[in-house]
Amino acid sequence: MEVKTAGFKKVSSKETVKVSGAEAVIKCLIAEGVETMYGYPGGAIMPVYDEIYKYQDRIQHVLTRHEQGAAHAAQGYARVTGKVGVAIATSGPGATNLITGIADAHIDSTPMVCITGQVGSHLLGSDAFQEIDIVGLSTPITKWNYQITKASEIPEVFARAFFIARSGRPGPVLIDITKDAQFDSLEFSYKECTAIRSYNPVPEVNLLQVERAAEAINNAKKPLIVFGQGVILGGAEKLLKEVIEKAGIPAAWTILGLSALETDHPLNVGMVGMHGNYAPNFFTNECDVLVAIGMRFDDRVTGNLQTYAKQAKIIHFEIDPAEVNKNVHADIPVLGDVKETLKLLLEFIQPNQHENWHNKFQELYAIEYEKIIKNDLTAKSGEVKMAEVLDEINTFSHGDAIIVSDVGQHQMVSCRYAKFNSTRSNVTSGGLGTMGFALPAAIGAKMGSPNREVVAVIGDGGFQMTLQELGTIFQMKIPVKIVVLNNSFLGMVRQWQQMFFERRYASTEMVNPDFITIANGYHIQTKKVKERSQLKEAVKEMMESKDAYFLEVVVEQEECVFPMIPTGASVSDIRLE
Amino acid sequence: MMEKRNYTVSVYTENNLGLLSRIAAIFLKRHINIESITASQSEVNEVMRFIIIVEVTEEQVKKIVGQIEKQIEVIKAFYHKDDELIYQETALYKVRSSDFVQDFDIQSFIKKTNARIVTVSPQFFVIEKTGERHETESLYEKLKPYGLMQFVRSGTIAVSKNEMPISEILEKFNTSNTIE
Repeated sequence: MEVKTAGFKKVSSKETVKVSGAEAVIKCLIAEGVETMYGYPGGAIMPVYDEIYKYQDRIQHVLTRHEQGAAHAAQGYARVTGKVGVAIATSGPGATNLITGIADAHIDSTPMVCITGQVGSHLLGSDAFQEIDIVGLSTPITKWNYQITKASEIPEVFARAFFIARSGRPGPVLIDITKDAQFDSLEFSYKECTAIRSYNPVPEVNLLQVERAAEAINNAKKPLIVFGQGVILGGAEKLLKEVIEKAGIPAAWTILGLSALETDHPLNVGMVGMHGNYAPNFFTNECDVLVAIGMRFDDRVTGNLQTYAKQAKIIHFEIDPAEVNKNVHADIPVLGDVKETLKLLLEFIQPNQHENWHNKFQELYAIEYEKIIKNDLTAKSGEVKMAEVLDEINTFSHGDAIIVSDVGQHQMVSCRYAKFNSTRSNVTSGGLGTMGFALPAAIGAKMGSPNREVVAVIGDGGFQMTLQELGTIFQMKIPVKIVVLNNSFLGMVRQWQQMFFERRYASTEMVNPDFITIANGYHIQTKKVKERSQLKEAVKEMMESKDAYFLEVVVEQEECVFPMIPTGASVSDIRLE
Repeated sequence: MMEKRNYTVSVYTENNLGLLSRIAAIFLKRHINIESITASQSEVNEVMRFIIIVEVTEEQVKKIVGQIEKQIEVIKAFYHKDDELIYQETALYKVRSSDFVQDFDIQSFIKKTNARIVTVSPQFFVIEKTGERHETESLYEKLKPYGLMQFVRSGTIAVSKNEMPISEILEKFNTSNTIE
């Protein structure tokens, strides 16, 4: 008897249809509810593309200009919708070009299924044209991967792939399909995967741990919540807010937790980490109970671990057991889906205010405002500062836009200053720090949320890593708003050179092309702003545009982002200048 | 700083292509050298068992086991210290027949150490010794001066003194899921 290693939904009809492997791939995607995929054709994936052509009325394919763009677009789509993003590429270079996006999705827990073509199975291992061991290459950066060499494997492998990508802590899955498996035929029927015996996506909740957590919170005098993307992935935003409000606990967020709680919430005390806000970083080392919810204590969040929140009792709400005690020891780990655990917690915690404690955050905010924020936002002379641009975007978005940021100084400024009223609105590359992420991710974000305004905020460096995706925006008529903050430097690296390498600006100065001409070449509406006086009107025009719009703002060349926790320093040693 | 020592990591997995490299990558990423690794069928039908020996701190081995268990096709992983296990290695020694028959001392040594002669030919003898590392090593030291033609030692295989309830885990899955 064959051993069954997975469970599948029962289907009422046992009927099968005879189809090719390639057609089966499309039928699987449709069965999983996929509406849009991003990709780039090539030799080893051509049978699947032939079916994409035949099924174009039922499933949309977006041709990006590079496979990396396809991966990031799929990520952007997944991040705003919560659905599984799909990227598709050919073998060899097509597959390797996906790698950065897969790695990004892996470290940022983004559900994604990547499909790659592979040379015929009889050629495997022969160094055939465009043969690459993509399963081997993607192993450390995928939640799961699999090479299909027989058409009959397709339905079950796809069912497993989608189940794995979206369940538990989400992540990217790669399916490699040999060309003969695409051509061969199979008897097709699709059964959704519901369980895999070696895989436990959501650990069982231990009620005692929730009670212990509640007790610690109830006894706390100076509690602090730090929440991450887990809250968004678990769909627990409302519960988080209820917990915060009931217990009166100041709540700070990691870069990927941003937008899970609206910016203007009175208990939202800002961002933790290297360029986070003064108060939550400083008080991390003064709180008596630190409640970490769906976050993983990244080094950019904790600074020096030896001095991180040593005085505090640490409660860690987490779905992934491997994250507990990985970087920071949890006194009270609470495993499980935050949607379950926070719901239980809410019942056990007592109403509280912590007014004095909260006032202390206000006091430090006032200091940060005086020393940094005021300068960033209200300069009357000199070059335009990045924060002013974000402030103008807020003026016209009213906090309702999805902001997609790239990586570097402008990203930190975006996250510090962009306003959000609703969840899944901040799309950025957190763990991997992938320059070039924003433009293609914005495409996916806009297609996933067509009724919302999507603004990509990008530096001049990152923009040039994937600017070919302007072609996708043009061809597909995707009305995204693109803001390039141009300081003619790789700004974040330059800042480090200024602070830690005595201003030796090694390879950070950029001699840039005329971005306006480039964008015009793609027939995208453009404007370039050099003066503060032109900024408001330009942002207004961009936000009111029905079509894609490219706005370049020339910003202060040698601006530094503060506050800053230098690498290896303690969070409480955060620098304001 | 916690002390480094030998840990035996036992991993029960589905029999899946590529799982070995997935597990090996976990050690590679953390710059941890694998001292020995074996893979074989386990006590459960169609379930594989990897036995991996590493010299690390307990904190490290806990994190490694966490990362290994996270892999989709890993059913369960455990770690043990040496005293929690019964473990054995097998070594093969190929020696020249001429050296062997002339030297009475070696023959008595082999008898004393419970080694076994596997093959005899006019040119060479193959000796097998199963035991703990120090036992296979002391025979190696003894035979080395006579010019070993070949020497090879297997990875460690081990069974734990305490239970590793794999069958129960699988049984629980079978009863709680609709398996068609």
